[in-house]
Amino acid sequence: MMEFINFYLIPGLALGSIYALGAIGISMIFGILRFAHFAHGDVMTLGAYGTLTAVWTLGLHPLLALPVGIVFAVLSVLAVDKVFYKPLRELPTIYTVIASFGVALIFRSLIQLVWGSQNEVFIRGVQKPVVLFDLLRVSLLHLEAIAIIVGVAIALHYFLSRTQTGRSMRAVSDNAELARVAGLDTEKVVRATWIIGGSLAAIAGVLAGLDTNIQPNLGWNLILPMFAAAILGGIGKPMGALLGGMVIGLVEELSSYPWLTDEPLINPSYKTATAFLMMVILLIFRPQGLLKGRLF
Amino acid sequence: MSPLLAIDGLTAGYGGLPIIDNINLLVAQKEIIVVIGPNGAGKSTVLKSVFALTSILSGSIRFADQEIAGIATQKLVPMGICAVPQTRNIFPSLTVRENLDIGTYAAPPRNRAQVEEGVLTLFPDLKQKLDQPAGELSGGQRQMVTLGRALMSEPKLLLLDEPTAGLSPAYLERIFDLILAIRQTGITILMVEQNARQALSIADRAYVLVNGRNFASDTGANLLANDEIRRSFLGGSRPS
Amino acid sequence: MDPVGLLFFLVGFLIMAGIYAILCLALNVQWGYGGLFNAGIAGFFAVGAYTSALLTAAPAPTHLGGFELPVLVGIIAAAVTAGLTGWAVAKICIRLKSDYLAMASIGIAEILRMVIVNEDWLTNGSLGITNIPRPFDGLLQGREADILFLAFVWVIVAIVYLVCNRLYDSPWGRTLRAVRDNEDAARAVGKDVDSFRLQTFVIGAALMGVAGALSAHYFRFLSPEATEPLLITFLVWVMLMAGGSGNNKGAIIGALSVWAIWSLTEIVTNRLPAEFATRSSYIRMLLIGLLLQFVLQKYRSGLLPERSPGIAFDKDKDKTHG
Repeated sequence: MMEFINFYLIPGLALGSIYALGAIGISMIFGILRFAHFAHGDVMTLGAYGTLTAVWTLGLHPLLALPVGIVFAVLSVLAVDKVFYKPLRELPTIYTVIASFGVALIFRSLIQLVWGSQNEVFIRGVQKPVVLFDLLRVSLLHLEAIAIIVGVAIALHYFLSRTQTGRSMRAVSDNAELARVAGLDTEKVVRATWIIGGSLAAIAGVLAGLDTNIQPNLGWNLILPMFAAAILGGIGKPMGALLGGMVIGLVEELSSYPWLTDEPLINPSYKTATAFLMMVILLIFRPQGLLKGRLF
Repeated sequence: MSPLLAIDGLTAGYGGLPIIDNINLLVAQKEIIVVIGPNGAGKSTVLKSVFALTSILSGSIRFADQEIAGIATQKLVPMGICAVPQTRNIFPSLTVRENLDIGTYAAPPRNRAQVEEGVLTLFPDLKQKLDQPAGELSGGQRQMVTLGRALMSEPKLLLLDEPTAGLSPAYLERIFDLILAIRQTGITILMVEQNARQALSIADRAYVLVNGRNFASDTGANLLANDEIRRSFLGGSRPS
Repeated sequence: MDPVGLLFFLVGFLIMAGIYAILCLALNVQWGYGGLFNAGIAGFFAVGAYTSALLTAAPAPTHLGGFELPVLVGIIAAAVTAGLTGWAVAKICIRLKSDYLAMASIGIAEILRMVIVNEDWLTNGSLGITNIPRPFDGLLQGREADILFLAFVWVIVAIVYLVCNRLYDSPWGRTLRAVRDNEDAARAVGKDVDSFRLQTFVIGAALMGVAGALSAHYFRFLSPEATEPLLITFLVWVMLMAGGSGNNKGAIIGALSVWAIWSLTEIVTNRLPAEFATRSSYIRMLLIGLLLQFVLQKYRSGLLPERSPGIAFDKDKDKTHG
């Protein structure tokens, strides 16, 4: 039982937190700008490298250096939106989807040019697990990830339901045409979307980098489970995406638990495939997501 | 006194293709002006042009002695013009309260609580539904939500695009009563209607559009009494 | 570079450009004719490559097969298996709207990649399959054999091109474009929209399998790296957008020109000082990414725009650039 909690449940929740942080942004962008942002994983990678640079130059702990990575990622997405996405906004959204593929490639190649393609780590050496009550042995990082997602969940809920910008974002996501007629500043809403999405992606990137190591494909490798999470939660529903991320992360980790026999249920090398498979199955049977998101 | 809204020689449409041609229309303070005409006459296009949702090819639109043709939609709401589209006119996943709140963002009212109370007095049905998602309401209640949202910004001019479309006859009466009540609060109304007979009965004046052009205009009562108008646009028989 | 070296550089260039041209024509059938957003090109390419490799390679204990069948049999089988995979994919996700289809097709391509990497008994995993023959092996030796293979590849390009053109002008092609431009109208006149889409997807997937098979035979070796999604899927998309989607000649021109940019930048960047040379491929990727943005913003209908004005009812149809 403790083995289940230590090696499957907690890591699953931590992985879920990373997916959730990315999926919130994907879901918001899908809801407000109406396109699947395929460069979102690479925004995570940018955040991780921005933070890494701050760790190197300022000698800070990665979580303290995080604001640098956040600012870096946010400025990058705002610039990309202005230069590459905005000129296509009046066209069928599929062009923006294709553009976002190109942006993913541009981000990745710039990262490789600036930082090289070798693996980097935030903290050298083996991290001792935290031991609680003699039984619970979990990595500090996983606890931090779970704490962050709880904090983000509360802040996000408050933001979306209580603030003017949050409500405007929900309104645009609900009915963009009417939002414009009601006089809402849609460009401001778009900007807020990128700032929030970019920030959360940067946090996710740093957490993912802390969990394994940092390399140029860090975020791209996570994009499909994050899409799966956004779809699971219902497109355009950030809180649903958060929940979806947790579910996908848990399913992925728990899929290799020896549920039936002594063997893992699913070979660990196919762990990520379970997330893709869930996404495909969802797309087929319940594209509106579990929480009834908007289909367009 | 100069009119609140003056449309002069307006030709407009979509993507360079004109739908309305050389339209003239005047709306004075606190009037209810109704635009009627057969399907495809360009009634809604007139409203959308005022609200910068069409491409204007020529002509002028003056609001309170200021040229507004070509001014972005966003800037019209703070100036005191508010529009209610015919369909998809609520935010379904937002609560009724949040829907009303959206109305205040572009043009914050001087006294929010007082305005909200005024709106809820007009639409008492909404009082119990404030925390329900607007998407769960009936068609008539949705119409009240969208009217309420528009009123929250304390507009001077309200543009209504077929406010009774798709409503049951019971609600139809109530919406027309509400429009009269809204005018009582000092708001000027320009509306497009399919239910021409009832609309004319509450209208101060009305414009009949045919094929994108002015066909006739007169007081509501005179148009109702006009045989030709009745035959062509009001379904023939004399009202009983 | 000496003239002979240059000649064989050109031969190698044209062989790869030919393989990309087939991929581009295949994507044109799916996207240009049918409006289907396939972001998993690499998956169908890989299925074709492995099918033909396993059927034609010499027997080896490290993987399934090989069966030493003739190359032509391998290529036909590649088309069949890739087509069948495409059929299975289309069967389950053809009704999805473009963004969702993109996600689903990438997901499926990634699962296929995982299978290829992990199932050693079938594919020899990351070590790959060796001794894959070429057609007419033994007729010519060494580098001259490349010339023969070049001819073989472009004969296939020509066949695929002719077939695609026939499809475009056929009643089938017209219906397809009607479906692409206005699905509801096509449905209203009684066309079975889903079945038309399924057929498009399968034809495109089968052609992608042929391209995969050709690349396996060209390199005589196949490992999971050869099915890198970035190189296959992304480059092909850039090629088709640049060449002009909906136009078969454009698809071929797009493949040739983008592959020329890709190859020429390789020559340039290889001459850079050593510390830059290692990063040269990133500069190329960056250039290709920027090229795509340029095409999307300024040249949306490509070098050779679609010939027929199509039957454009709604705004989903591409507006001409400008």
